[in-house]
Amino acid sequence: MSAPTVRPRIPVPVLALAGIAVGFFVLPLAGLLWRAPWASAWRVLSAPVTLDALWLSLTCSLWATAISLVFGVPLAWVLARLRFPGRSVVRALCTVSMVVPPVVGGVALFAALGRRGLLGQYLDLWFGVRLPFSTAGVVVAQTFVAMPFLVVTVEAAIRQHDRRIEEAAHTLGAGTWYVFRRVTLPAIRPALVAGTVLTWARALGEFGATITFAGNFPGTTRTLPLATYLALETAPEEAIVSALVLIGVSFAVIVGLRDRWVGTAMGSR
Amino acid sequence: MSAGLDVAARLRLGALDLDVDLRVGADETVALLGPNGSGKTTLLRIISGLQPLEEGHVRLDGTVLDDPATGTFVPAERRSVGVVFQDYLLFPHLSARENVAFGPRARGSGRAAARAVADGWLDRVGLTAVAGTRVDRLSGGQRQRVAIARALATTPRVLLLDEPLAALDASTRSDVRRLLRRHLADHGGPRLVVSHDPVDAYALADRVVVLEDGRVTHDGTLAEVAAHPRSAYVGRLVGTNLLDGELTGTTLRLRAGGTLVVAKGDVADGPCLVTVAPSAVALHRAAPSGSPRNTWSATVAEIDRFGDRVRVRLDGPVPLAAEVTPAAVDDLALHLGDVVWASVKATEIVVRAA
Repeated sequence: MSAPTVRPRIPVPVLALAGIAVGFFVLPLAGLLWRAPWASAWRVLSAPVTLDALWLSLTCSLWATAISLVFGVPLAWVLARLRFPGRSVVRALCTVSMVVPPVVGGVALFAALGRRGLLGQYLDLWFGVRLPFSTAGVVVAQTFVAMPFLVVTVEAAIRQHDRRIEEAAHTLGAGTWYVFRRVTLPAIRPALVAGTVLTWARALGEFGATITFAGNFPGTTRTLPLATYLALETAPEEAIVSALVLIGVSFAVIVGLRDRWVGTAMGSR
Repeated sequence: MSAGLDVAARLRLGALDLDVDLRVGADETVALLGPNGSGKTTLLRIISGLQPLEEGHVRLDGTVLDDPATGTFVPAERRSVGVVFQDYLLFPHLSARENVAFGPRARGSGRAAARAVADGWLDRVGLTAVAGTRVDRLSGGQRQRVAIARALATTPRVLLLDEPLAALDASTRSDVRRLLRRHLADHGGPRLVVSHDPVDAYALADRVVVLEDGRVTHDGTLAEVAAHPRSAYVGRLVGTNLLDGELTGTTLRLRAGGTLVVAKGDVADGPCLVTVAPSAVALHRAAPSGSPRNTWSATVAEIDRFGDRVRVRLDGPVPLAAEVTPAAVDDLALHLGDVVWASVKATEIVVRAA
């Protein structure tokens, strides 16, 4: 693929506007780096409060990702492959949490799973399970907001996958579950990985639904985004360090995602 | 309890209105010919269990696979019907060996046993060298061989092939055709080959069934179908003369007895298939003088008119059909049993390796 190509001619206004857009994204990062207290960064990072928040963020977001995979992939398959009345309504209901303000999501979760919520009252009554203001509540809030990213990505991949290949597998003697595991899942692997990483990144950065539904208790529900926001009031320097950690993780994810998976999925490498 | 495949298919699907009765005997190969949209692929899907019937039945050796009247429907994975799909439909993320081993694995074989079966089949189709290669890196001909091996590796009771040669270039095509011929003969169950090329039908099938608009319009040997085309489609399709013989240099000794001189091409000496367009066969009342080296006298066996053309079937050392205009028939005053002279130019004879 090294044939000479004509360099695209660029309309000046497009170039100028694109440049402004790049600046808009780069400037806040530059601001953070500029304000970062490099001298005390390590002390802040290694402080138990920060480490607790980071650890909580990592474990909760990984749980949320795992739960999203277990339920989201089957949901994506159902939305992609089954024709049933009201399918688009079901799809809208299952992905709306991607676009509503996370705080609204948190309030809704409270109404459903709170101690006096629709389902929450029975969880409490029958099992003594109280999700609000618990670490499990953090996982629930993150899953609620992040899972749609997986569902949307994986559903698109399943739709694009040639169904006849699955039919070919049936004629070879493979039942539906075998085909799902051995044909469908491997075929959509790039999208599965991309969706998983996107979901995890969204869960890691979750703020609004978490603070609304799970509260802000150090050690149990105070994740890194919450800690960052809180520190802004009391110790702005710590907030900047936490913010840089979150940005670093997200940046690594996006770069890794593009080169490894999205690129391969689109056939560029 | 008749052996073989017995299909009575009635189904409406979009624009297609299928109403077909088809029997394929045990150890018989039937070629299914027909224009696009005539229902060939749908019929294969019905037999393989990917498309349920509305009405009718699918029976294999007396066992009911689909019968809406009794609510019987055996799903594809429990039918033992091997399918070679038109565009292969291999598993792109797997190697050639894993593709072929997929069927045995899905049917419960262990990893090692399935691998042994796959390697055996890859050897039989000449792909041992690329067994470990991902199929999306193989050529079209290699993929087709993998697809054939994959379908045969489950030892299916019925074999269905959807345009198995359509996507291949000419030289690969004759290789794969030879391969198919061998394995179809070894298979031992009913076999159905969808094709649009009468040469494939001639080389592979015992019988030809023509499907048009969801109905069977012709059923018989290729010679029978070609002799009495009842539609313009079949007239064009099998209108061409098919002969086979033995090529030595530019001399072709026909199995029917005659000899033809052909243009020097790149076909190697040996058994070959020959097509001659009926319109390339000229008829004369007297022995023509001059150029055509392929001249022989023949008896008019049949005169069939279809459309604005007349097909004249000739008996003799070179049995073929000529296509002429009604005016020419009048000019030559042709009648059944007349002895005429026929000629064809060497360059009008298309030779292919058998």
